[in-house]
Amino acid sequence: MPETGPHTPATARRRADFSVQKMPGFAAIAIACFVILYAPIITLVIYSFNAGQSVALWQGFSVKWYYIALENRAVQEAALRSLIIAASASAISSVVATMAAIGTTRTGAFKGRTAIYLLINQPLMVPEIVTAVALLIFFASIKVATGYGGLGYLIVAHAAFCVPFAYLPIRARLEGMDATLELAAADLYATPWLAFRRITLPLLAPGIAAGAMLAFVISLDDVIITEFVKSAGQDTLPTYMLGQLRRAITPEVNAISTALLALTLVLLSVFFVLTRARESRSD
Amino acid sequence: MAGKAQVDPPGGYEAAANAQRLHRNWLLSLPAIVLLLIGASGPLLIVLVYSFLHPGDYGGVIWKPTLDAWFKIFFSVDIFDETVHLADAHLSIFWRSVKLSLLTTLITFGFGFPTAYFIATRPKSQRAAWLFLITIPFWTNLLIRTFAIMEVIRNEGIINTWAIRLGLIDQPIQMLYTEGAVLLGMAYVYLPLMVLPLYAAIDRFDFHLLEAGYDLYASRWQVFRRIVLPLVSPGIVAGSILVFVPSLGAYVTPRVLGGGKKMMIGNFIELQFGQGQNWPLGASLSMLLLIVVAVALLVYVRTISRDRADA
Repeated sequence: MPETGPHTPATARRRADFSVQKMPGFAAIAIACFVILYAPIITLVIYSFNAGQSVALWQGFSVKWYYIALENRAVQEAALRSLIIAASASAISSVVATMAAIGTTRTGAFKGRTAIYLLINQPLMVPEIVTAVALLIFFASIKVATGYGGLGYLIVAHAAFCVPFAYLPIRARLEGMDATLELAAADLYATPWLAFRRITLPLLAPGIAAGAMLAFVISLDDVIITEFVKSAGQDTLPTYMLGQLRRAITPEVNAISTALLALTLVLLSVFFVLTRARESRSD
Repeated sequence: MAGKAQVDPPGGYEAAANAQRLHRNWLLSLPAIVLLLIGASGPLLIVLVYSFLHPGDYGGVIWKPTLDAWFKIFFSVDIFDETVHLADAHLSIFWRSVKLSLLTTLITFGFGFPTAYFIATRPKSQRAAWLFLITIPFWTNLLIRTFAIMEVIRNEGIINTWAIRLGLIDQPIQMLYTEGAVLLGMAYVYLPLMVLPLYAAIDRFDFHLLEAGYDLYASRWQVFRRIVLPLVSPGIVAGSILVFVPSLGAYVTPRVLGGGKKMMIGNFIELQFGQGQNWPLGASLSMLLLIVVAVALLVYVRTISRDRADA
């Protein structure tokens, strides 16, 4: 704020460095907040490289816990299962969400649209433990009736709660798209399918990729629904880690966490690059 | 547009086009609807039905209708003289859940508001980076973040180990498996949920209003309380609901940091489907939780729409 503004009489009693926006103590609390948010995570990452058994005393640098985790059969299987479920759930939910986004965006209001919105966003509103219990009951009876006990249940459950996370970025992308391009295609005698494949889909692709990425991260992180829906021997990485809690904690858990953390970070960075590209183009 | 209106016959085409659009939109949404009905919403109806049934001996239900499960949420019947008591054990779990969720909301607001304000008042070029620092923990696995807290506060954790080494204490302080640990963990994991909506509200705030306030000889506190707080209140409501709702239904954090002793509703529900073997009670508790959450969300929608109407 320049001191020689039209408000000089009022500002005269203030210090020269007076800032209108500043609130006392806010910056200090904010910095403390960032430190508190990151300190435990960074500690967890650091001790994954500890040479000793402890997650509190530093006994030298080593990557042995990563080797131990990699050679652990249970970890290998859980990791593979996590990736299979996340990839399937992400693929299913992004296809389904893309269709729903095209059906509910840029078409004006239509009968039942609010109901569709509510249904799609339901996983964001209902406490996860309630959905988990509901799925436990539902899938248990299907298991008894059909005898099928594979990964299908987990994939369906994950795909369902991933839909809103895939839907939102796709819808945002659609809303920012120019509808006249598709009209132009129609004017040039493109069939609706051709216009979709050659015009809409390529323009929408970054949104779909971003949605698929978020869905993948959300599926990879899930604990509660997986814990309730899984059959015996169907641990994913998070439920495996939760199960390890009852035993003595070694830096092996830190190593698994760090690997999972790194994967999430990579996926998120890709997501942000995809959505940033959209913003800068629309500027 | 005017030319088009002349070509179109009145009524006819328009109505047909609308009907076709309705048909197309529903058809496109159908796979999502089916998936969510199977994998999320539909099974909730089963839970509702189960809450009105008798429990089976080894889990499951007996198909005879009763209000027993709903009654048992709040009351218990003495097995000897059949007198009715308030179910103290249940009530203490509810009380802990509500208390810890409210405290979590308050703590995250106390830390979250200055943080959101700080980010919103950074130069425009820096804001995205600061915001990114909040979003990383937000998307980081909740279990990993809870683990991180556990490793810090355990008896063999970093705080106790170093406090003993430095001679501050001789015995480790028991921090894990206390209510305080659950509260710390929930505040830690849900903090980003408070900061993000608060930031969105403060970011839209017109800081010239502060200048006007100071010109009229308002103090910092007056400016904050009379101008900032009222204008960003929709963000405060949004952040509070976004923190309160998942706190109330929390399961992972109380399980890991409360160690089964400091149960919250979520863990109590799980218990009914595990060792408790009382599925109807678990179902009625789930429905109760759902009702409380629905009321909170309704308050949220009301506030938001009233705010929109004002604007």
